[in-house]
Amino acid sequence: MSVAVQPATRTAQAWAVLGTVLDPEVPALSICDLGIVREVIDHPDGLEIVLTPTYSGCPATEVIEQDCLRALAGAGLAPARVTLRRAPAWTTDWISQPGRAKLLAYGIAPPGPADLSVGVPMRFVRRRAAPVVACPRCASPLTEQLSAFGATACKSLYRCGACREPFEYFKPI
Amino acid sequence: MQASIPLQPDLAMQYLLRLADTCLILGQRLGEWCGHAPVLEEDIALTNMALDLIGQARALLSHAGRPLGLDEDQLAFLRDERDYLNPTLVELPGGPQVDGFAVTVLRNLMLATWLKLLWARLASSRDSELAAIAGKAVKEARYHQQHAADWLVRLGDGTAQSHQRCERALALLWRYTAELFDDDAVDAAAVASGVGPAGSELQAPWRAEMADVLAEATLAVPADSAFRSTGKRGVHSEHLGLLLAEMQHLQRAFPGGVW
Repeated sequence: MSVAVQPATRTAQAWAVLGTVLDPEVPALSICDLGIVREVIDHPDGLEIVLTPTYSGCPATEVIEQDCLRALAGAGLAPARVTLRRAPAWTTDWISQPGRAKLLAYGIAPPGPADLSVGVPMRFVRRRAAPVVACPRCASPLTEQLSAFGATACKSLYRCGACREPFEYFKPI
Repeated sequence: MQASIPLQPDLAMQYLLRLADTCLILGQRLGEWCGHAPVLEEDIALTNMALDLIGQARALLSHAGRPLGLDEDQLAFLRDERDYLNPTLVELPGGPQVDGFAVTVLRNLMLATWLKLLWARLASSRDSELAAIAGKAVKEARYHQQHAADWLVRLGDGTAQSHQRCERALALLWRYTAELFDDDAVDAAAVASGVGPAGSELQAPWRAEMADVLAEATLAVPADSAFRSTGKRGVHSEHLGLLLAEMQHLQRAFPGGVW
């Protein structure tokens, strides 16, 4: 006899499955750690997964959609569909505490708090006003930015003056 | 060959296309630096910014085309030159084939500053989809502005040669910025419907922020001229046609081709 899975259970199961789907560009994090899964809704005709993309042009968004659907189908939770919700815009403040610890262990400095003055007219800010980013390897604050942009849209490139190693910093936005 | 889609956009759609095409064409120009920038970090930076801009353009084009049943690819690749409504400033050559890094840096500053101010206003647009796109894009534009400002100060307040190149770029580009603030019926309709600000509303804050960075870069603000470019009304410089030929080639030759 087959037992119908209760709705609350299906939603909880879906969250657990989504917690195993990794961000293709930062595979240390799951998409739940990253904070882009905003809601899981159990409709009569299937599950709806609501995602908020990180960057407007993030090339991983479509891969993530496919990965979600594949993982849910693999767990017997099909049919499911993914919808994108743009507002409110994703911010690095949504990265979970476990996510931040995983980033650090992976060698990426986690983002500081996002600047709340976004949208307010900016006066030109000199480099000395830039926040200090601690090295994820030796924790030294003696670091400097090499490049404002890194290997993916969400990171910038730094170098540590103490251990001399380069590292990536997850840009706070 | 894939034929062009005929387009007679109403005022509301023109407002969206002006912004969408600004992002699209600037993204295409920045993409030209891929593999050619003076240092690897800048190669990565310019193409990252191109990616943000193309992402913004995709969202805007999808939104603009929805009432007519047109998708982002049709609007990006199958319009004729006169149907692109970007201001002329974004289509001017600034790539590696000309003495273009100074032009690229300065233009990025001009446009990122303008876009940041515009996105900030559009974040409270009565058009909720446009407001959602803007809420994301304003953060990206702000980062682009900071990056461009850093470079302009480094080059303007750098060697005699880098300073001179920045001066030349400023003399070339300044007169094209007037178009950004030149209102017409499209702006009036956007204000009346609560969709977004008129161009002229952004002029004073744009000038204030530009003046700050130019002063830091030891560059003088040029005198204004009577010249008015007309790209946002569809009348472009000779450079857009060549850019579109390259950008549209694949879709024209292989209709509906996808990755």
